[in-house]
Amino acid sequence: MFVFFLSSGLFLGWSLGANDASNVFGTAVGSKMIRFRTAAVYCSIFLILGAVISGAGASHTLGKLGSVNAMAGAFIVAFSAGASVYLMTKARYPVSTSQAIVGAIIGWNFFSGSLTDYNSLSKIVSTWVVCPILSAVIAIVIYKLVVFCIYTLKLHMFTQDILTRFGLLLVGAFGSYSLGANNIANVMGVFVPVSPFPDISFYGWFHLSSAQQLFFVGAVAIAVGVFTYSHKVMATVGEGIVRLSPVAAFVVVFAHSVVLFLFASQRLQSLLIYLGLPPIPLVPVSSSQAIVGAVIGVGLLKGGRGIRWRTLGGITSSWLVTPVIAFILSFISLFFLQNVFEQEVYRSVKYELTPQAVERIQMAGISLNGLESVFGKEFANASQFRKAFTKQKMLTDKDYNFIMASAEIDNLIITAQGLDVIQNQWITEAHKEALRDLEGRHFSHKWLLENALAEKSALWRSRVNDPQYNSDLRSSIDYICTLFRPDDD
Amino acid sequence: MDFRILKQKLEIGKRIDDFLDNVSESGLLFKLGVDSYLKGNVESFEKKLEDITHTENQGDSLRRSIEEQLYVQTLIPESRGDVLELLENMDTLLDRFKGAMWRFEIEYPTIPAEFHDDFKELVACVVDAVEAMVRSARAFFKDIASVADHMHKVSYWEKQSDKVSTRLQRNIFRQNDLHLSHKLQLRDFVMHVDQIADQAEDVADQLSIYVIKRSL
Repeated sequence: MFVFFLSSGLFLGWSLGANDASNVFGTAVGSKMIRFRTAAVYCSIFLILGAVISGAGASHTLGKLGSVNAMAGAFIVAFSAGASVYLMTKARYPVSTSQAIVGAIIGWNFFSGSLTDYNSLSKIVSTWVVCPILSAVIAIVIYKLVVFCIYTLKLHMFTQDILTRFGLLLVGAFGSYSLGANNIANVMGVFVPVSPFPDISFYGWFHLSSAQQLFFVGAVAIAVGVFTYSHKVMATVGEGIVRLSPVAAFVVVFAHSVVLFLFASQRLQSLLIYLGLPPIPLVPVSSSQAIVGAVIGVGLLKGGRGIRWRTLGGITSSWLVTPVIAFILSFISLFFLQNVFEQEVYRSVKYELTPQAVERIQMAGISLNGLESVFGKEFANASQFRKAFTKQKMLTDKDYNFIMASAEIDNLIITAQGLDVIQNQWITEAHKEALRDLEGRHFSHKWLLENALAEKSALWRSRVNDPQYNSDLRSSIDYICTLFRPDDD
Repeated sequence: MDFRILKQKLEIGKRIDDFLDNVSESGLLFKLGVDSYLKGNVESFEKKLEDITHTENQGDSLRRSIEEQLYVQTLIPESRGDVLELLENMDTLLDRFKGAMWRFEIEYPTIPAEFHDDFKELVACVVDAVEAMVRSARAFFKDIASVADHMHKVSYWEKQSDKVSTRLQRNIFRQNDLHLSHKLQLRDFVMHVDQIADQAEDVADQLSIYVIKRSL
């Protein structure tokens, strides 16, 4: 069954390779500086390396949007996203896999009655506008700098050609690496908790975890996509919008990589915080948008006459259409899978204002006056719960999110079997010690487990000004919840 | 993409330099050849003719190998067509120098002593025009910002050679003790030499378009 469900992840991986990978080498191939075959080989190698080595840092913002909690549901989400990206690839438009996944997850949220976090959604959607603009600005700045350098250094035409080719390969390899690292979680993330692969160690000096092996399989699917189908989208990126000179092609890929780095580097964020500067929010941005933005930036710098606005209009509308198609596909397929094939596509999450939850909410200074009628009442899903208390009370978004999190019912039992299977690099022996102390206990809310762990050890407490640690902590708690939730076995 | 390509590129860059050296050398040989002819030193003239023929052959084979390498190895894909056209045009200049020398060898025209200085001046202007063109072509590869400075000199020497050629032709036809057939033959020689400078200016005009295409 695992292999069957995995197939949709592999399909999504394939369509990612066919579409997103073209961003990285599209301009290089379009300007004839690198042959398609060479580009595909380099792209695949670095994609796989990125996925296996740095793939563990999953994008949490997508997770916040809605957590698909059943295998069959994950299958459909991945399938719908993959199919919509495939359709767009057929039409030769560079779209973003993240966009498709956002659409598919919202489809799942609607179907399962879960709530979509509009805060995260608006944050993600706003990057769809900000990212191309920022990318265009960065491309213009880099282009000016590169031109200045070329004129100052008085490079020979052939030397410039060699440097541009090496540069294209270098930024292309870097781009492929980041693409693998950032996107493998979209493709394979949902399958990590159920991965059947055992850890492998090669003579003690080289270790491959279960997740890394899964990421490797996903990355191979992406590489297959690159080889079999990315040629056409590469042509759109490389020649469709505006004809690029080799130097401009280099600038475009470079600017795209800088934008991805700015929005994805946790180290940069920590550095900015350390220096007392305002940090850049870590949001998954689309490489397609970054590349198209950069291409337009360079086009505008040259007067904008060469830009084919028709193609650009097509690309922009494909960005709007992709999440919508993914949403519709996801919703309809979930309906079929549940009602025709009788598969569990979501695990229902119940909500109840239990006495502990009420206490927690009141301790946080949020008044529950007028909501007494809802106390102790169980609601089948988030939408129903929300309806019940929004009818009676107006709340701020923050308070509302806090109440939702507090009232979410879970069923967590810390068992010895669960403790034995923990395979997570972040969770050390000291972390496990705190967990062992809780063996045999039952928690009806996730936050109760979090509090109990925080009481046992400082390692399980979030830290001020350490977003990296806190995000690792959150994902580790999510991970152990999947192990200790009896329904999920 | 490895060090082999790096080596090939350095090689082709050197070949283009060698080819441009040939063009420049053919101009100098032409100048020396005409000097020898005017002095009546047949042996030296024939030696120069032999040298210029050799240089032209060398230039041809260099141009062919550069063309082949550029296409087979897909080097400088964006400017490849322009580079090939430029090299072919430069080769035409080389051919014209050789052609002019052969014409002297075939027709052995009698050039009256009073035209010798003007003839030498015309040849000097034409060779300078081609020399400036060679410098422009080198700058196109090495320092694109300075191409315009050299191209300006091509135009200057072309205008100078036009002036000298007009003056020379006028003087030839005002010389009463020459047959019309002799005058016509000399006029043809003057025009043939002057056309080399015109050709150099045409190449410069095309080069200015390549420069615009390559500008970043």
